[in-house]
Amino acid sequence: MTPCPTITARNLDLTFETNDGPVHALKDVALDINKGDFVSFIGPSGCGKTTFLRCIAGLETPTAGEISVNGMSPEDARRARAYGYVFQAAGLYPWRTIGGNIRLPLEIMGFSKIEQQQRVDRVMELVDLKGFSKKFPWQLSGGMQQRASIARALAFDADILLMDEPFGALDEIVRDHLNEQLLKLWARTEKTIAFVTHSIPEAVYLSTKIVVMSPRPGRITDVIDSPLPKDRPLDIRDSAEFIEIAHRVRDGLRAGHVDD
Amino acid sequence: MNLRGIIPALTVVGFILAFWTLAVIPMNAHLTADQAQRDGLVMSPEEPRDRQAYLGLVLALKNPAIIPLTYSLDRPRLPSPHQVAAEMFETIFMKSPTSRRSLVYHGWVTLSATLLGFMIGTTLGIILAVGIVYNRTMDKSVMPWAITSQTIPILALAPMIIVMLGAIGIQGLLPKSVISAYLSFFPVVVGMVKGLRSPDGMQLDLLRTYNANANQGFWKLRLPASMPYLFASLKIGISAALVGAIVGELPTGARAGFGARILVGDQYGPLMILWAALFGAAVTAAALVGIITLIERRTLRRMGMAGTS
Amino acid sequence: MAYLIALSIWAAGWFINARLAHGPQSDTRLVSLLIPVIFGVTIIAMWQVLVTMLDVSPIILPAPSDIAARFVASTQTLWVDFKQTVIMGAMTGYIIGMVAAFAIALLADRSEFLTKGILPVGSFMAALPIVGTAPIFVKWLGSDWESKSAVVAVMVFFPILVNTVAGLKDTSGMQRDLMRTYGAGYWPTLFKLRLPAALPFIFNGLKIATTLALIGAIVAEFFGSPTVGMGFRISTSVGQLALDMVWAEIVVAALAGSAFYGLMAFIEKRVTFWHPSQR
Repeated sequence: MTPCPTITARNLDLTFETNDGPVHALKDVALDINKGDFVSFIGPSGCGKTTFLRCIAGLETPTAGEISVNGMSPEDARRARAYGYVFQAAGLYPWRTIGGNIRLPLEIMGFSKIEQQQRVDRVMELVDLKGFSKKFPWQLSGGMQQRASIARALAFDADILLMDEPFGALDEIVRDHLNEQLLKLWARTEKTIAFVTHSIPEAVYLSTKIVVMSPRPGRITDVIDSPLPKDRPLDIRDSAEFIEIAHRVRDGLRAGHVDD
Repeated sequence: MNLRGIIPALTVVGFILAFWTLAVIPMNAHLTADQAQRDGLVMSPEEPRDRQAYLGLVLALKNPAIIPLTYSLDRPRLPSPHQVAAEMFETIFMKSPTSRRSLVYHGWVTLSATLLGFMIGTTLGIILAVGIVYNRTMDKSVMPWAITSQTIPILALAPMIIVMLGAIGIQGLLPKSVISAYLSFFPVVVGMVKGLRSPDGMQLDLLRTYNANANQGFWKLRLPASMPYLFASLKIGISAALVGAIVGELPTGARAGFGARILVGDQYGPLMILWAALFGAAVTAAALVGIITLIERRTLRRMGMAGTS
Repeated sequence: MAYLIALSIWAAGWFINARLAHGPQSDTRLVSLLIPVIFGVTIIAMWQVLVTMLDVSPIILPAPSDIAARFVASTQTLWVDFKQTVIMGAMTGYIIGMVAAFAIALLADRSEFLTKGILPVGSFMAALPIVGTAPIFVKWLGSDWESKSAVVAVMVFFPILVNTVAGLKDTSGMQRDLMRTYGAGYWPTLFKLRLPAALPFIFNGLKIATTLALIGAIVAEFFGSPTVGMGFRISTSVGQLALDMVWAEIVVAALAGSAFYGLMAFIEKRVTFWHPSQR
C-alpha cells in the first residue's frame, strides 16, 4: 500500500478571540494522514484535538498555515461530501425514526428514494442495528444511538470518517464492544478515520497512528506509528507491545503537562 | 443592563415608531382633504364622493399640500405619535393630579383597584398552592379546575361581578379588585404549584436523610425553589389584573379610570382622550411588569438563581 | 337549615374525594377524572341549595337550575352569538394573527439582530392591555365582527411571534454543525431541523393564543358591537339584570374555550409526539 496523504496540514495555526483574551488553540501543526490510516488524537482538554478535527471538516478556519483534504480545501472537500462527522453526542432527531435519521444526509444530498433505502439498509447492517429502522431514538440505549450516528455518517460513502470522542459518554463494556465493531467496520470499508479520544487504551487499541497533543498552546508533541497488526482481538491490550506504546503515549502527555 | 444589548430592541421600536408616523398620512388623508376643502384649498378630485374611490396614499400624493396637515387633525383616524405624546404630557403634567382631567388621577383609580386585587389574588393563590402541594385530596379536586380555568375566558365574568356586587351594595374600588383578584389568582396557583413541586427526587431524598419534617422541607427547599416560577406567574398575573380592572370599568359606565376614559373618548370625545388613556394603560402595564422584573432580578441574584429569568 | 344542608353536601363530597384520592386506584385516569368532577358537582349542588333555600334574588345569583333552563330555552340565541363571536371574531382573528406571526418570525430568523430585537419588544407588547384598542378598531373597521377579529389578531400575534422566534433559536450548535457537514443550506436546515425542533415552542404559543382569542373577541364586544355576539349579550343582559342569560353565555364561553384549547393540545400531542413532555 503506497502511502498517499489524504489529509495534509502544514504550519497550521488557529487563535480564537474569546471574552477572556486570545486562545492559541493550534500552533504550527504539521501532519500527514494517509489513505486507510486510523489516526487517533489524544491529549488533555484544550490541546486542540477537537479544533484540529473541525479544521479538517471546514467547521473552523485556521488563522495561518494550510490544510488540504483529498487535494482540496476543507470547504471544497465538504461540498464534495468527502467525509462523515460523528459528534460526541449521537444528536439524532427525536421526531424521526432511526431509519429516518440515517436518511437525513441522503435526503439533503439528493439521492433517489430507492438508493436511500438501499444505503440505509446496508449501513444499518454494518453497525449491527438491523431491524431497528422503525424505532425512535429514545427507545434505544446510548450505545445503540451512537451506532446509529455512525451509520448516518457512513451512509453517503464518504472516504473519510471524522469522529470526536464518539464513545465518551458510554460505559466501559459497551465501549469495548463498540471499539471492536469499529475496527471490523474499518477493515471492511477501508476508510480513513480520524478519531479524537481521552482514553489512552482506546487510542492505542484502535489506531495505526497516534498523535499526542498538549495544550497552551495546542500542539503536537509526539506522533507514534503503531507496530501492532491490523487484526486485533481485545486481549491484545494485555500484550507487552501494547503496554509499551501506551507508556510512550503517557510520556508524551506528561511532557506536555510539564509546562503547567 | 448593558447598552449594547438594548440596541436591537431599540431599533425594532424605532422601526415601529417610524412606520406609525408614516401611516398617519394615508390613514388621515380623506379626513384631511375634506377639512382642507372646507378651509378653501383646492382638492383633486373636487367632489368628496369621487375622492372615496381613491386610496389614502394616492390621495395624499395627488394633493401633497395636505400631507403636513394630516398630522394636526382634531379628530384623526390615526393620531401621530407627537399628538398622543402632547395629550399625555398635557394630562399628566399640566393638570393637577386630583382633577378629573388628569390622566394621573384616572391612572391611580385603575391602578389602586389593580394592586389591591393583585395582592389579594396572589396571597390566596399562594396559600391554595401550598394546600394543593401538601393535601392530596385538594390536589386532585382543585388543581384540574385551576388548570382548566386558564382555558376559560373568565374575563367575560367581569360585568356580572360588577353588577352582582353592586346589587348587594358594594361599589367602586372593591368589585374591580375582585375581578383583578380572580384574574391573578389562577396563574399564581398554577405557577406556584409547579414551582413548589420543582425540586427533583435527589433533593427531596437528601432532606429525608436529614429527617427533615414537612415544615422544614417547605421553608428550606420548596419555597426557595419556587421563586423563579412565582415571579413568572406574578408577571402574567399583574398584566391580567390590570386588564381586569380596566374591563371592570366598562359595564356600569364608571366615571373614573383608564377604562372609563377609553369609553368617554370613544363616545363623547375629544378622541385624544381615548388614545392617551390607552397609552397610559400600556405605560402602567409596562411599569408594573418592569417593577416585578426588577424585584425578581434582585431576589434571584441574592439567592444565586440569577440565571433563570 | 340551608347552611346545614350545604355544609353536609360539602362534607360528603370532600369525604368521597378524600377516600378516592388516598385509595388504591387514585392514580388511574378514571379516578383522576372523577375527583374534580365530583368536586364540581358538589359546588353546583351547594350553590343550588343555598340559592333556592335562602331565596337569593336572581339578580344577584341565579340558581343552576334557572341557568340550565335558560340555556335550553335560548339555544338559538346562544348559537347565533357563538357564531358571531367565536367563529367570525375569534377564529378568523386567530388565523390572521397566527399567519402574520409566522411570517414575521421567519423574516426575523434570517437576521440575528432582528431576532434579538423582536424578542423583548414582542414580550413587552404581549403584556399590554390590547383589548383597549377595540374602540379604535371599531372606528376603522365598523362595529361588526371585522373589528373584533382585528383585536384578536393583534392580541394573539405577540405571544405566537415570541414563542416561534424562541423556538427557531433553540437548536444546539452541534445540530447546526451537523447540517453544515452535509453542506445543507438555509432552507433544508430550516425545514429538516429547525422547524421540527421549534414545534414544542410554537404550540406553547398557539395554546396560549386560544384563550386570548376568545377573551379578545368577547371583551372587544363590551366596547361596542352590533346586535349579536357573546360579549354584546353579556353586557346587555347585565344591563337588564338577566343574570341567568349571562351565566348561560359564560357556560358557552367556557365550553368553547376548553374545546379550542383541547383541540390545540390534541394536535400538539400528535405532532410533537417525540418531545419528552409528551412521552
